[in-house]
Amino acid sequence: MNTLIKLLYGFRDWIDDRFPLMQNWNEHLAKYYAPKNFNFWYFFGSLALLVLVIQIVTGIWLTMNYKPSADAAFASVEYIMRDVDWGWWIRYMHSTGASAFFITVYLHMYRGLLYGSYKQPRELLWILGMLIYFVLAGESFFGYLLPWGQMSYWGAQAITSLFGAIPVIGEDLTIWVRGDYVVSDVTLNRFFSLHVIALPLLLCGLVVVHILALHEVGSNNPDGIEIKKHKGPDGIPLDGIPFHPYYTVKDIVGAVVFLLGFFAVVFFWPEMGGYFLEHNNFFPANTLQTPEHIAPVWYFTPYYAMLRAIPDLLGGALVMGVALPIFFLLPWIDRSPVKSIRYRGWKFKTALAAFTIAFLGLGWLGIELATPVYTNLARFFTVVYFLFFILFPCYTSPVDSLVARYYRAGVKWILRLILAYLVIDQLAVMLDDKQIIDNAFLGFVSGYTLLVILIEVLGFYSLDIDKPVPDRVTYS
Amino acid sequence: MKQLVIFVTFLLAASLAWSAESGPLMHADVDLSDQGSLQRGAKIFVNYCQSCHSAAYMRYSRLGQDLGITVDVLKENLMFGTDKPGDTMTSNLNRDDAVQFFAMVPPDLSVTARARGADWLYTYFMTFYRDDSRPTGVNNLTFKDVAMPHVLSDKQGWQRAVIKETQSADGSITKEIERLELETPGELTEAEYAAMVSDLVNFMVYLGEPIKLKRYQIGGWVMVYLIILLLVVYLLKKEYWKDVH
Repeated sequence: MNTLIKLLYGFRDWIDDRFPLMQNWNEHLAKYYAPKNFNFWYFFGSLALLVLVIQIVTGIWLTMNYKPSADAAFASVEYIMRDVDWGWWIRYMHSTGASAFFITVYLHMYRGLLYGSYKQPRELLWILGMLIYFVLAGESFFGYLLPWGQMSYWGAQAITSLFGAIPVIGEDLTIWVRGDYVVSDVTLNRFFSLHVIALPLLLCGLVVVHILALHEVGSNNPDGIEIKKHKGPDGIPLDGIPFHPYYTVKDIVGAVVFLLGFFAVVFFWPEMGGYFLEHNNFFPANTLQTPEHIAPVWYFTPYYAMLRAIPDLLGGALVMGVALPIFFLLPWIDRSPVKSIRYRGWKFKTALAAFTIAFLGLGWLGIELATPVYTNLARFFTVVYFLFFILFPCYTSPVDSLVARYYRAGVKWILRLILAYLVIDQLAVMLDDKQIIDNAFLGFVSGYTLLVILIEVLGFYSLDIDKPVPDRVTYS
Repeated sequence: MKQLVIFVTFLLAASLAWSAESGPLMHADVDLSDQGSLQRGAKIFVNYCQSCHSAAYMRYSRLGQDLGITVDVLKENLMFGTDKPGDTMTSNLNRDDAVQFFAMVPPDLSVTARARGADWLYTYFMTFYRDDSRPTGVNNLTFKDVAMPHVLSDKQGWQRAVIKETQSADGSITKEIERLELETPGELTEAEYAAMVSDLVNFMVYLGEPIKLKRYQIGGWVMVYLIILLLVVYLLKKEYWKDVH
């Protein structure tokens, strides 16, 4: 026994002389000090990593039997489902994993919003995370074409046609992206290549860089306090505990709870009522028959609702194209010195609540059919979504700098003018129709009233008052 | 650009028109553990559906294994186009003939139950009715102007549509199908026909995903394992975290 242990230590030292094994182990696990007060929200980073591993492993096995051609793709998926041993299991893990990826990543990002994890010194960490989100969106979009069902085909057709909205080069760009005049076998082949090689490589690289950046600046925590400010005589943060073993054992508990839910879906509800696997995608792609209702998978519906809400296609595409990159600005438009929502004032909390409702509302509307009432509702939520960002410097600005004052004044009058114009415009239309007091009118009035209240109160009525932040993290 | 505008306008218009779908669906009782029902359904499927439709992703041998049918019985009763159990359940209808008969190739039925749903299929088989304006002499409430003839008519008999006329304020009359009623009875009573359709739908649900029943069983064990594992890892975490204050 003793000799065996000696042998193992000897092997470790042999490697350590040639590769920084122990150094990396210590830097990233055994001597990486994480705040001891992580709560529920802090599980989703490691869970997203777990889902990434699931996707890569199941993806490798799916690729062994999948055929990326318009003639054979749909049939090869059914071959995997029926004739490949455990193929159904691998495929359901992959399809459920796609949705699980977005659930964990959305919650991981929301955690960042709650506790100000994007703020100085973690700006770059946030940007890297946003890049991961973008690559993930592309990855899922390309992957969604592969089963070659009706939704796969027409979804890809609709999204690639958005490039056509770009003036002058749009049409040529669309053909270049598709490799054909319509989505076809050529498109399927290149999407396959991007899905199994290009984006996964990029994704893994970005994840490594994201983690390296995290370990450079250290983790934030629910109190938003820098634990490195209070170090013991040994140089270890007083409120920090080694990631390994404390957070490895804790994250394993989170992982098992997650897997309970994940495998419940895989084994009992793999279609998830048509949200994870859409019913229409069990019809093979038919290039001659447009489905009656094209809707993206649930994780893109907030942005799809925005696209539909704008009457002009180019405008809609622009709004959709700005809605996500605007998150990059968060570290700079947040002017408050306080990170965590626990010590922020009521204005930030109200703004975040309004944003949350708008985001979820848009997600729901993107699934539903676009009736006139729903379209107006989607417009309202789209405005709230953007107001959250536009007014961010206003309601988080206790330090009344000159720039902040100019920004507030500018935004104040621009928004008031836009709003006044919209109200007059809408009233004129309604007076023309001679249908003043009906539901549409009431909806319109209450919508604009809400917007005015949001803008005036959140944006300009006094500054937000943050609460005092304690010196050390709170841990019970 | 112009094409694009037309395309997107079309999409939006199409999505608005979606609500024009047929009325409420009847409920299908699906029970994948009822092997007798699945066997009867398989028999109906190969005798009636498979004359024109394929289930090209399904192998006879798998069918035999899952439904407890021996190879001999399988060959005798269910396999008409081939004698190799490893073959898939394809129809013998020639593509060109199909286009001649129906102006289209009948769709593959392997995963139709997953696309349409069991209730839709059940309602579809129940709502054929006589319509002389159609080339097949028959129409369907669930799938308007369907190209398929009513192949089960000798079993169900013929239904006719009872039309309700409503006169609106401006005097125009709108005709609407109120319900279907049995005009000429078939070989089976209404209850027997409903049971037959139930078996067929049950089989088609099985056909859509042969592993489904086994998937539930394995899932149960996976849950049990994970719950035990959760207990262990939770205790481990608790032990380690004792010294964090």
